Amino acid sequence: MSTHGKVTGIVSNLVTVTVDGPVAENELCYISVGGNQLLAEVIRVTGDKASVQVFESTRGLKNGDSVEFLGKMLEVTLGPGLLSGIYDGLQNNLTTMTGVFLKRGEYTDPLDRKVLWAFTPLAQPGDKVIAADWLGEVKEGWLPHKIMVPFSFKGEFTVKSVAPAGNYTVDETIAVLTDKDGEDIPVTMVQKWPVKVAVKCYKEKPRPTRIMETGVRVIDTFNPIAEGGTGFIPGPFGCGKTVLQHAIAKQGDADVIVMAACGERANEVVEIFTEFPELVDPHTGRKLMERTTIICNTSNMPVAAREASVYTAMTICEYYRAMGLKCLLLADSTSRWAQALREMSNRMEELPGQDAFPVDLSAIISNFYARAGMVLLNNGQTGAVTFIGQEGRPLLLRPRAEPRRPEALPGRQPDRLLLQIPRVSRDPGIPAGKDPEELG
Amino acid sequence: MATKAYQRTYTQLQAITKATVTLNARGVANDELATVNGKLAQVVKTKGDAVTLQVFSGTEGVPTNAEVSFQGAPPTLRVSDQLSGRFFNAYGHPIDGGPEIEGEEREVGGPSVNPYKRRQPSELIPTGIAGIDLNNTLVSGQKIPFFADPDQPYNRVMADVALRADVDKIILGGMGLTNDDYLFFRHAFESAGALDKIVSFVNTTEEPPVERLLIPDMALAAAEYFAVDKNEKVLVLLTDMTLYADALSIVSNRMDQIPSKDSMPGSLYSDLAKIYEKAVQLPDGGSITIIAVTTLNDGDITHAIPDNTGYITEGQLFLRADPDSGKVIVDPFRSLSRLKQLVQGKKTREDHAQLMNAGVRLYADAQNAKTKLENGFDLSDYDLRCLDYAKEYATRLLSIDVNITVEQMLDTAWEIFAKYFSPAETGIKQVFVDKYWKKD
Ligand SMILES: Nc1ncnc2c1ncn2[C@@H]1O[C@H](COP(=O)(O)OP(=O)(O)OP(=O)(O)O)[C@@H](O)[C@H]1O
Ligand SMILES: [Mg+2]
Repeated sequence: MSTHGKVTGIVSNLVTVTVDGPVAENELCYISVGGNQLLAEVIRVTGDKASVQVFESTRGLKNGDSVEFLGKMLEVTLGPGLLSGIYDGLQNNLTTMTGVFLKRGEYTDPLDRKVLWAFTPLAQPGDKVIAADWLGEVKEGWLPHKIMVPFSFKGEFTVKSVAPAGNYTVDETIAVLTDKDGEDIPVTMVQKWPVKVAVKCYKEKPRPTRIMETGVRVIDTFNPIAEGGTGFIPGPFGCGKTVLQHAIAKQGDADVIVMAACGERANEVVEIFTEFPELVDPHTGRKLMERTTIICNTSNMPVAAREASVYTAMTICEYYRAMGLKCLLLADSTSRWAQALREMSNRMEELPGQDAFPVDLSAIISNFYARAGMVLLNNGQTGAVTFIGQEGRPLLLRPRAEPRRPEALPGRQPDRLLLQIPRVSRDPGIPAGKDPEELG
Repeated sequence: MATKAYQRTYTQLQAITKATVTLNARGVANDELATVNGKLAQVVKTKGDAVTLQVFSGTEGVPTNAEVSFQGAPPTLRVSDQLSGRFFNAYGHPIDGGPEIEGEEREVGGPSVNPYKRRQPSELIPTGIAGIDLNNTLVSGQKIPFFADPDQPYNRVMADVALRADVDKIILGGMGLTNDDYLFFRHAFESAGALDKIVSFVNTTEEPPVERLLIPDMALAAAEYFAVDKNEKVLVLLTDMTLYADALSIVSNRMDQIPSKDSMPGSLYSDLAKIYEKAVQLPDGGSITIIAVTTLNDGDITHAIPDNTGYITEGQLFLRADPDSGKVIVDPFRSLSRLKQLVQGKKTREDHAQLMNAGVRLYADAQNAKTKLENGFDLSDYDLRCLDYAKEYATRLLSIDVNITVEQMLDTAWEIFAKYFSPAETGIKQVFVDKYWKKD
């Protein structure tokens, strides 16, 4: 039986729920208000009281409103069709929502369940497989999208059958696996994974060896970044972080690019929607949008979903990495994410750290950066997630291991990059905000 | 406010601060309005049966046995075409002696536009001020503040901009306006004969600061009515957002929240973003453009209010007194319109971007020459010409009292360049020089 509860306290989007059974940290729940179900996540438990952060506006919520716990953490849906997707921080498809305004409690499916995908089997009956092993592939645009043993499967399985080549929807069974107790488990093209847990279905994470070409000359020549490395672009507002990031998204040598607009301006995301479907990927000649997924939680969207957005983006990258692809995650900006954490910590009346940020901020950030990297897959192939974050002041967010003195960095550590942009446009001598196209 | 049948009334306050009261009550909804001895208040926190209300007009004279009635709904505004030409207080009640508005009652502070449904801003908003139109062109759907010192004539500039902008409606949200400023706006709108396209929501310094918190939501609810329902181009003026943020900090302080930087609440970024991100270009042609004022303390843009603002808005306009020309100018170095490239050369003449860059660069050369002069170095002929140029450029183009068309600004720029420089010194592309250089 699932756990239920009642609302007993509300401060903005932090809600206290008195529960009648077990709840887990990060477990999801639905709060019923006026016919809507509002998704929320447990962020603290004290006795029979759970503090939950609500991913929606809590206007009209009352003490006594009922809450149903879902017994699972925030998950993303993984399967063919994620590329060129435009999602909010909780992976709702923004393009299939009705109405100009976002409606509270409207959740949309991230995948199109009706599309037929041309499937080619890769595994044979009798093969021994473990999580993330490839069972078959479909063509997603031009990319070979591997259909894998779901990441959540524990132990070894024997392939009982694989569907013959043909067209299938994501929900059709494309393989049957037998576990060690002899039980048959059907596998479709879709799997789910909790966003806050790193996907570790690979053999090892070696030191990155290759350069990831960003296509931005000054980076590639003087401060190259490794495939599977991490970097961040600090700088005050208006210094050109976003422009640089968009340039990397356009030119960067990656198979898959996930752009997380985390607490940023909506008009900047609109620029991507407008430009990317027209622009051509210099490496493949295909449209840029075909290799790009956008996770969009703009600054006015619910603050708790802002935190979720970077995790959603990272999990999608890890999924494609397991297919042996080179992924690039661009997050704009990590300082907005930190501010979201601060808001919640503030409402929970936690003792604050520096500038009222939560004391575990740098641990959280370091953990997140650690999910990037080049990995050696079980089948000997490699995949990579390169992560470039950007942040405004204050410079809190560099991962722990990063040397404090930026000037000590370049060239010394192949997997770490720091791109410090001076406030060019504020210096007399350089016109404020010169049109980037003109600088060429 | 009319008494409704379901109103619940309480008469026992548990706690009173300058801005809030706390009492035991049941069935209270988050964000719901109430009256405390007739003063309007809003639910900001519930904890068990303890409900905390922020009292907009302050708690002076509120006794522990004050009568508290809950109204069962969040703040609303009646919207209809009758809003045009009217002046309201923070609660949306007329202060111009006219009748109450008849129309649909809408919740203020409503949901956000789905970013995917937005359109890319693309329409020029001409202001006649060359410091804006030439160097920092405004675009409909943009949000941009003036960063100004309290003694600068920002309200005058804003009124000029509003009256010259080619828009269907102008909504003024005045927060902490001095009575003189309020009367100035009223007079400016009336004498321009523009009253019928203006709606004003005003809180003056004579009124309690917490009331200001309602102003942006009221103004933007009215703006959304005209932009969404009527597909109109709406310009919203918010002055002064620093005083708005101060009111936020008063409430959070009285609620014993842990302050973050500069005693501001940890949610300042989200609070400001919710307001500014209402700026939008809608798919059906309507738009909301926001021009705000953020007054600075001693020109300090690292203070939490301007700093957070800068990360949200699409640029900023700096006003500065220029001793050489004796004018108040729009500072070309520190001002930036991030959307200008969407209209420059597209909605304006082809040479626009080049002229802007050349003009600002030469002005920067003049600053260097000035530094040389101040340090006792000899000036070259070029330096001397730069200094003369700067004075004329500031007087004829940067000054806020300029009022000419964009075409005239471009022609003026060519004329001034030709007076002091050779074509090569301006660095402008030869095709444009051939076509536009003023030969005498
Ligand atoms: N490389 C460049 N060349 C010329 N102009 C640039 C360049 N980069 C940025 N700009 C100008 O500066 C403006 C601001 O850049 P951008 O949006 O990237 O800033 P940002 O660092 O992301 O700021 P924020 O932290 O506020 O998001 C751009 O709109 C553009 O006009
Ligand atoms: Mg940016």
